[in-house]
Amino acid sequence: MSTFATDLTTAELKAEADRLFSRKRVMNFGLPALVLVYLIYVFFAFDVAGLAARANWENGKTLVSDSYSYKTHIERDNRTGEVSAAIEGERKGAYPEGEAPDWVTLGETTVIDLADGHIVRFGPETVTYDIPGYGTVRATPSRSAGVQAELPPGEVPEWINVSKNRLAVTTDAGRLTVTRNRSEVFRYFTGWELFWFTLDSPYYGKSFGELVGLAAKGEAGAIFNDFWTNKMWRHQDVAWAIFETILMAFLGTFGAAMVALPLAFLATRNFNPLKSVRFATRRVFDFVRGVDALIWTVVLARAFGPGPLTGALAILVTDTGTFGKIFSEALENVDQKQIEGVQSTGANAPQRYRFGVIPQVTPILLSQLLYFLESNTRSATVIGAITGGGIGLLLTQAIITQKDWEEVAYYIVLIILMVMLMDWFSGWLRKRLIKGETGKKRKPADPGSKPFLLP
Amino acid sequence: MTELTAGTPTVEDIRDEYTAMTRRKKVYGGILLILFVVMMAAGFRTADSRNAGSFFDGWHRILDYPSEVLSEAWEKIAEMPANLVTFFPALVETLNIAAAATLAGTILGTFLALMSTRGMAYWPSLIPLFRRISDVFRAVPEIVIALVLIFILGGGPVPAMIAIAIHTAGALGKLFSEVNENASLKPVEGLQSVGANWSQRMYLGVIPQVGPNYVSYALLRFEINIRASAILGFVGAGGLGYELRNAMSWGQGRYDEAAAIFILLFVTIVVVDQLSGYLRDRLTHGSEKGASA
Repeated sequence: MSTFATDLTTAELKAEADRLFSRKRVMNFGLPALVLVYLIYVFFAFDVAGLAARANWENGKTLVSDSYSYKTHIERDNRTGEVSAAIEGERKGAYPEGEAPDWVTLGETTVIDLADGHIVRFGPETVTYDIPGYGTVRATPSRSAGVQAELPPGEVPEWINVSKNRLAVTTDAGRLTVTRNRSEVFRYFTGWELFWFTLDSPYYGKSFGELVGLAAKGEAGAIFNDFWTNKMWRHQDVAWAIFETILMAFLGTFGAAMVALPLAFLATRNFNPLKSVRFATRRVFDFVRGVDALIWTVVLARAFGPGPLTGALAILVTDTGTFGKIFSEALENVDQKQIEGVQSTGANAPQRYRFGVIPQVTPILLSQLLYFLESNTRSATVIGAITGGGIGLLLTQAIITQKDWEEVAYYIVLIILMVMLMDWFSGWLRKRLIKGETGKKRKPADPGSKPFLLP
Repeated sequence: MTELTAGTPTVEDIRDEYTAMTRRKKVYGGILLILFVVMMAAGFRTADSRNAGSFFDGWHRILDYPSEVLSEAWEKIAEMPANLVTFFPALVETLNIAAAATLAGTILGTFLALMSTRGMAYWPSLIPLFRRISDVFRAVPEIVIALVLIFILGGGPVPAMIAIAIHTAGALGKLFSEVNENASLKPVEGLQSVGANWSQRMYLGVIPQVGPNYVSYALLRFEINIRASAILGFVGAGGLGYELRNAMSWGQGRYDEAAAIFILLFVTIVVVDQLSGYLRDRLTHGSEKGASA
């Protein structure tokens, strides 16, 4: 702050005030302008304009629609005339031979009711599609002549795609594709298909009430088993993956704390008089922290292979550095009087630490640990995606296949719930374990005093 | 406690009660400790059995990879400066992702924080909604958004930036609203009395009070975001992580490049850590006091 001499004249005071104001004005416009300039630079550095051209909005649309809906494929092999039905066209969701959903009537002419008056018929020779408000589309696939399509008179609408060997009709009710070798109908439904039971389970299609009734009759184990081993959604694997992720966070966080606590004593001025050891320990902390979880993950994955242990160790090593720093700062701030008090009763060195030091630092240590437990759950998801373990691996696998977006949505929901649960749990535990910390206590926020608070 | 009303307790009573209490505490502490040790041991065994390689087979191999990389890098030490220059643009990209994401996240986080603080919110009835939004933003790991956006937008820095910005907004939204709770509302009331609208009240009444704390938290976030942006590069979002994955998948023969990337990343993280630590110290303790290490 500028100091004001008492003998300044009014003119000088005014000049000084003017200078202050003009400086503030420059700051007020200069700072946002600087930010703007930087953002413009980033706009070009990241090639945002080119990105808009490269972006694949079709992918986005499939992603969104697929994440809350599914389709059932009805497919006819045009050579053999066999009709098969499968949910999402996957073998895991296939209906047994000779069976189909109730909106499909199998027979010599298979009739597929797509609702709202849309009806597709797979005849022995010709495929027809009645579209309300447009007319009937006919297609006759044959080996020699490709697909011969007959459309109602008039211009071909853009939702019909005809070529010599292929006919594709896309309506709101569904989609029909006829090629030389096969005719295929998709019908879309809202929801996650076969989430509870797959088609081969006897419990498929039963209502909740019926299931409760069956469970009461002693089939609870079988029902749970069918749900747990659901091939489509793999509930068992998902539960294990979530558990693995939390396990990584738990082992990593507490393991790091156990390694860091004794080392932290070495890095403090008041417990370790040897300056060189202190210096070395601090540099070790800085080093493991600076190397970063990414590099540790890469290095450790070479030694241990993919899996939860690698992830746990990567978190452990990185956090040892962070905890070492936090703990040693906490230890430097302990009150010597309490230690002297314990010493005056004739306590030996371990007792002095146990009763003089530990009780003072426990609240800080615990609260930091629990903060990190939550934040590491998130890191464990990310590390799992890199090293291959836990829910992060499942998520990347589901995204790489690029078709099971409902599974991706499911995993994302699970991950968010998992992190929020851990957040809540660590907050609850913090309140229970540290009596002093209540919701009311709100000291003026001072980030400097808790420099590693990872939110 | 109850004895106080029942009558005057004797010294023996008090001592007995005290010893009973300490014993109970010891038992509880012991049980907790045993539980913790059992959980750690069981957890370790589970993680070990589900891992591809076990801990006891692998621990002596930890240093194999670093030493391979280092020895190869040492052989080709002459190429190191050239490699460092080659990968410098990737480092700039990683830093840009982190900086742009921190900037965007801070702006969005400020908005979320103002919207979820009593006395400052524009729509006081929507405070719980904005708090939940912050919570959800905070809970989403960056990689989730990044992977989904990479599918739509293609690889590159923008998906990573958006992903990190969203998480940053959630995290800072919570911290900022805690800062806001401690800000005095008197300037806001004063401005309101002279007819200032909401944005003027916030910009002139609240932001000057909380500014230093905001900047301090944002700097901390910047540190974290550099690490995050390097990691996201590994899954295809550009920058150092992407180059690192490429160099690693080439395996032997390219380890000098991997080493160069390691060095760049390490130095950057350490420098930014130190710099932001110093700046944060200045911001929160004032410039005259200096670092209190």
